[in-house]
Amino acid sequence: MTVLRRIGLALAAPVLALVFSLVVTALVLLASHTSPIDDMRQMLDYASQPRTQALILNSATTYYIAAVAVAIGFRMNLFNIGVDGQYRLAAMLAASLGGWLTLSPILHIGLVLAAAVAVGALWAAVAAFLKVTRGVSEVISTIMLNYIATGIIGYLLAPGRLAVAVTGSNNIGTRPIPPSGQVPGIGLVPGSPLKVYGLIVLAVVVGVGYWFLLSRTRFGFDLRATGANESAAVASGVNVRRTIVVSMVLSGGVAGLIGMPVLLGSSYGYALNFPTGLGFTGIAIALLGRNHPVGIAFGALLWGFLDNSVTILQLGGVAKEIVFITEGVIVLSVVVAYEIVRRYRVRAEQQAVGSQLGRTTATPAAAEGATA
Amino acid sequence: MPAIELQGITKRFPGVVANQDIDIAVARGTVHAIVGENGAGKSTLMKTLYGMHRPDEGTITVDGRTVTLHSPSEAIALGIGMVHQHFKLADNFTVLENIVLGAEPRRGLRLDVATARERIVELGRSYGLTVDPDALIEDLGVGERQRVEILKVLYRGARTLILDEPTAVLVPHEVDELFDALRELKGEGLSIIFISHKLDEVLSVADEITVIRRGATVATVRSSEVSARQLAELMVGSELPSPQTSESTVTDRVVLDVVELTVLAADGRPVVDGVSLQIRAGEVLGIAGVEGNGQAELVEVLMGIRRAAAGTVRLGDQDITDWHTRRRREAGIGFIPEDRTRSGLLGESSLWENRILGHQTRPPNVRHGLIDRAGARADTERIVREYDVRTPSVDVLASALSGGNQQKLLVGREMSGSPRLLIAGHPTRGVDVGAQAAIWDQLRAARAQGLAVLLVSADLDELIGLSDTLMVILRGRIVADVDPATVTPEQLGSAMTGAGLPDGGQGTPGESAGPVEEGGGR
Repeated sequence: MTVLRRIGLALAAPVLALVFSLVVTALVLLASHTSPIDDMRQMLDYASQPRTQALILNSATTYYIAAVAVAIGFRMNLFNIGVDGQYRLAAMLAASLGGWLTLSPILHIGLVLAAAVAVGALWAAVAAFLKVTRGVSEVISTIMLNYIATGIIGYLLAPGRLAVAVTGSNNIGTRPIPPSGQVPGIGLVPGSPLKVYGLIVLAVVVGVGYWFLLSRTRFGFDLRATGANESAAVASGVNVRRTIVVSMVLSGGVAGLIGMPVLLGSSYGYALNFPTGLGFTGIAIALLGRNHPVGIAFGALLWGFLDNSVTILQLGGVAKEIVFITEGVIVLSVVVAYEIVRRYRVRAEQQAVGSQLGRTTATPAAAEGATA
Repeated sequence: MPAIELQGITKRFPGVVANQDIDIAVARGTVHAIVGENGAGKSTLMKTLYGMHRPDEGTITVDGRTVTLHSPSEAIALGIGMVHQHFKLADNFTVLENIVLGAEPRRGLRLDVATARERIVELGRSYGLTVDPDALIEDLGVGERQRVEILKVLYRGARTLILDEPTAVLVPHEVDELFDALRELKGEGLSIIFISHKLDEVLSVADEITVIRRGATVATVRSSEVSARQLAELMVGSELPSPQTSESTVTDRVVLDVVELTVLAADGRPVVDGVSLQIRAGEVLGIAGVEGNGQAELVEVLMGIRRAAAGTVRLGDQDITDWHTRRRREAGIGFIPEDRTRSGLLGESSLWENRILGHQTRPPNVRHGLIDRAGARADTERIVREYDVRTPSVDVLASALSGGNQQKLLVGREMSGSPRLLIAGHPTRGVDVGAQAAIWDQLRAARAQGLAVLLVSADLDELIGLSDTLMVILRGRIVADVDPATVTPEQLGSAMTGAGLPDGGQGTPGESAGPVEEGGGR
């Protein structure tokens, strides 16, 4: 199988899924009596504005880190549903720490990031511990841990504990992080008044690190082998329990970073309106990007585009929720499409090997001519 | 008029012709055997006859009527039944429940147990297939389970039975019982299609034999007019290899020393019970036994996949009892798992990635602590060359290779890095004759260079031919130590069931009573 063909097959699934979900969305739009063509042109027009592009990049930064956190688990069949709780708890505690500190900028930022990674990793480690010692499914335990995280955040985020009133509103949040802990934006999009989160660099580092870990390190090989065939991994000498714990902790550690671009780049504190649900977005994007570092990047950008450009439709009276339908259909159809393409690829390869080795003694053409 | 007639059956999978222009006529009241190497197209043909897929060309005629089969249920309605190689029974159901499952006689809304029992007992009596209808499947041995499978098919009114490699899981005396039952069925006017590659069995039970090679019928012969040798040559188109080892290469250097090793099952029952054995450099120690008597567990504990409850394992002069699998592998143990697709390979990974598996801490796969892709690829090329793995490149997925080539790759991998000890579970199971000969040659060559081999196999000829020392395992215990130079497969088979050896062996008399196949149907 040539390299080109391989790439073509890899792209076939997401492209198919995308086309399919666009058709479904168009039908829904038609049913709600607006013109899909007009709506899509509006979205594209809006997305071509520099300010929107900066917004898309900012969303994508967060989404990318979230999806990588999920993908680390996915690669060995661990479903870390708890990314959501892990990043919120990590962001809240790291924000509190950041608000109390006054340090030199590098140290300040580094400490906040480290705290976030540590909290996320610890929260995920609870699920890993339960899985390897008591056999508790990580799906169940991480869902429960999400609720517990919500409870802890609610308890701690109260005046007199970790929260203070946010000036100029009746919102409450952690103490604002002083300038030494803030990460300045980058003017990445020319002509945009809005800057892109400085921590977009962090997303790139996370992506490169993820790629390197999986494809170049021994641990990454063990992790992928365990995901591909656990029984064979065990026979090859992989310590599966250790691999579960390490990958879960890594996943949680990366999850801890999800809230950082927003926290250190724009909100400077964890308040009641801190973005939620990013862990679940991460699941969708990891699926779309097929756990591949580059695929996830495209998925994150697509999601960023959909989430941001839809605001323009509201002006025309189209419900914003239309985009949720699109996103949902994309995820559903991409899962189906990947499976179809996967089966096709396995079969195609078997045939290719068969025919190259001349296992087929009679050529198909000759067989065609032979009638019974 | 034949009961079943297949004419000009051709089945193509895109790019590959699995069956080509096959003609077979099965007469009523006969056993018709279909023989051929693995991958010759036997299963594809039987799937066609059982309605699991439709042929691209050709016709199927049942009792003189041309039919088109869309599903197995249509085949069953026409009186064609299939007994699969891997039993499809619910372990926690009784025999009766399994037999009626999906074809339950009802009284009102309830299962009519009385009618069902009557019919099952009646069927069992008339065909000599007696089983207790109320026994749980999990309590039955392999032979009895197979009888249940046959009854299941008969219960649905089958007049033609397809048996797919029915003897693969049986010990010799069970094979005899099966053959008696088949003769009974034949006498009652049923037709039996018997798929096998064991030629002596085919010759003893079949009336007619059709040989398939590379998807096409080579010949149909009467069993009375052909010898095993002639059949084999028809099958492979060349001379058969034999597993004989030439001269002894056993040294006095002990590589593996196992003392009183015991492994417990989850319920505390010993599955390996005080096993002691020694393997020297250049020695092949064969373990014979009916499947499910502790061989799998013994292999797993030696590989560190399972923990020992008692006893010690020494490799050379090191006590490795508490070592985990990776450390054992690094110390020079190669491992061919009994089920290569389940435990030996990553089907949807490339060949070179499979080369890394099990050797992910050692050169040539690792350099400076990182995976060395170029090194792994180059070494995979070497394996492909030296072990004659038929593949267009090392980038194809492992699942794209045929079973024999997968196994050659696996053997090549496990022989890499000059291991001291090789633990081989059924190293030639399910591979074609050519690959089998190649693997035997490799094992012999490695043995001559001082490799110690623990060989677990269900192929008695392989065990007798390759082993320097041969032990029989029964219910987790070594019950006999036999001389591979003098023992016959029949004697070995009888020792495996606990009947003891007729001459000279150390079979324990107390082991001879009762069924021995417990847990064997996995």
